[in-house]
Amino acid sequence: MAIDSKVVAQVAHLACLQVDDNETAALSERLNDILAMVDQLQQANVDGVAPLAHPLDVSQPLRDDQVTEPDVRERVMPIAPATEEGCFLVPRVIE
Amino acid sequence: MSWETVIGLEVHVQLATASKLFSASSTRTGDEPNSNASLIDLAMPGTLPVVNREAIRHAIRFGLAIDAEIGRRSVFERKNYFYPDLPKGYQTTQLAEPIVGAGVVELQLEDGTRKSVRIHHAHLEEDAGKSLHEAFSDETGRAMTGIDLNRAGTPLIEIVSEPDMSNAEEAVAFARKLHAIVTSLGISDGDMSQGNMRFDVNISVRRPGEPLGTRTETKNLNSFRFMEKAIKLEVERQIDVLEDGGEVVQETRLYNGETNTARAMRSKEDANDYRYFPCPDLLPVLVSEEEINELRDALPELPDARKARFVETYALSEYDADLLSADLATAAYFEAAAKQGGDAKLAANWVMGELTARLNTDDIGIAQSPVSAGHLGELILRIKDGTISSKIAKQVFDACWAGEGSPDQIIESKGLKQMSDTGELEKIVDDIIANHPAQVEDYRGSDEAKRKKKIGFFVGQAMKATQGKANPQQLNQLLQQKLNG
Repeated sequence: MAIDSKVVAQVAHLACLQVDDNETAALSERLNDILAMVDQLQQANVDGVAPLAHPLDVSQPLRDDQVTEPDVRERVMPIAPATEEGCFLVPRVIE
Repeated sequence: MSWETVIGLEVHVQLATASKLFSASSTRTGDEPNSNASLIDLAMPGTLPVVNREAIRHAIRFGLAIDAEIGRRSVFERKNYFYPDLPKGYQTTQLAEPIVGAGVVELQLEDGTRKSVRIHHAHLEEDAGKSLHEAFSDETGRAMTGIDLNRAGTPLIEIVSEPDMSNAEEAVAFARKLHAIVTSLGISDGDMSQGNMRFDVNISVRRPGEPLGTRTETKNLNSFRFMEKAIKLEVERQIDVLEDGGEVVQETRLYNGETNTARAMRSKEDANDYRYFPCPDLLPVLVSEEEINELRDALPELPDARKARFVETYALSEYDADLLSADLATAAYFEAAAKQGGDAKLAANWVMGELTARLNTDDIGIAQSPVSAGHLGELILRIKDGTISSKIAKQVFDACWAGEGSPDQIIESKGLKQMSDTGELEKIVDDIIANHPAQVEDYRGSDEAKRKKKIGFFVGQAMKATQGKANPQQLNQLLQQKLNG
């Protein structure tokens, strides 16, 4: 798969990254290099190999259903750019 | 030519756990905003999720209830998108290897026919926080959205059905059945008014025999009534579009219950590429045979079993049993009232009739009913032992609903006891006969068939004179005796 400036812009949009137009050409080149390496991986024969969900061959430890986390609101509110009545404020989101 | 409707549902059910899916903060609602949002829920760097065992067990309980294959191994994945109520920038969910595989839900429709709806799978995922679009603004006066992350990380199962339903009634029956199953299992309170169970409906129409049409998704319906209306509205809209020569656009739609209208929210062109991948912070979840067997053995009575028991124990019709057993709270109410009143059929009629009507009018659940199961049982007891007639019983029910006391207190304080003193009733009947010579003569001159109708006049007079407190059987007997003379 070849990456062009349009794909870079789309990926940047999905990742909420601001990318200047004059950067996209260089970025496409670097991303294409990475994809070339991935293409090499694609050559490997994986018939009959189950997809890997995690590199470690262990399973997830589970925790009992108990509330142990403290209320950290008073500590985190000051590090947010804007707050009001205990809510974090973000620029208006309209669906 | 007719149209065929094809409906599939995605149902989000909030699981009744004390703590969240990946953090040990409380799932309690109604607290101060962000007071139940831990560093993990806030996606602070360096934090790691730890899975809540009870959420896994709840999901397995659901799977067992719908006879589904349980994922002995399930994998959490990241669904990436940016929205302020999702601090991590992705929702942790399941995709390729969900906890619950294919299953089936059996329905009984109003006309008595049975239908099976296949479940494609059900997976575990975390809920997002809440965006509050009220009057927030920053110091420059710019309108802002408030974010409360108390709900972020609350465990959900998303149940995905196959497109097996072909009209709104079937879809609602399916939704009700799921509600009955999850509340009977005790894995969710199923409170739709709080959004603890929400429905996304996929709808398409086609000519019979043709391939599936383009579908739309109507999101976040949170009552059975709205769901039925929203489906009918969307089916009508799609048929109109197609019959006018247009094309249905694949889009997400939002339904407004107050105006019974819907609008497009986003089309497929804007659809996000979620770039799912297995979450590197979480390992595959393994479930042992022992644990599955232990959960299966401990399953509570499910709606179908309860229904069968109601038919058997209380001699109810299939349909009545279905209605009364569907909801755990209703089932418990009915059983308590039937037991105390000593008459299941009467209890069934009152619960499905008067009680349901009043609950609907006042728009409250059975748990909030001012007339408790004990009250209704007492009322039935008084109908059974002849203290009051069914007609007076309605009056007592109304007073009890209005909070005027228990049925016995109301009967006593309002003097509603049926007249059991034959002497007193006899005197009233004698007076009526004496005061209406023309009607008496007319009655006596009629044949048997007409007499049956004409006696109604005297019954009416006697009821009026006794304010409805005469025992109907006793009164009839007395009137016939006196009139036939």
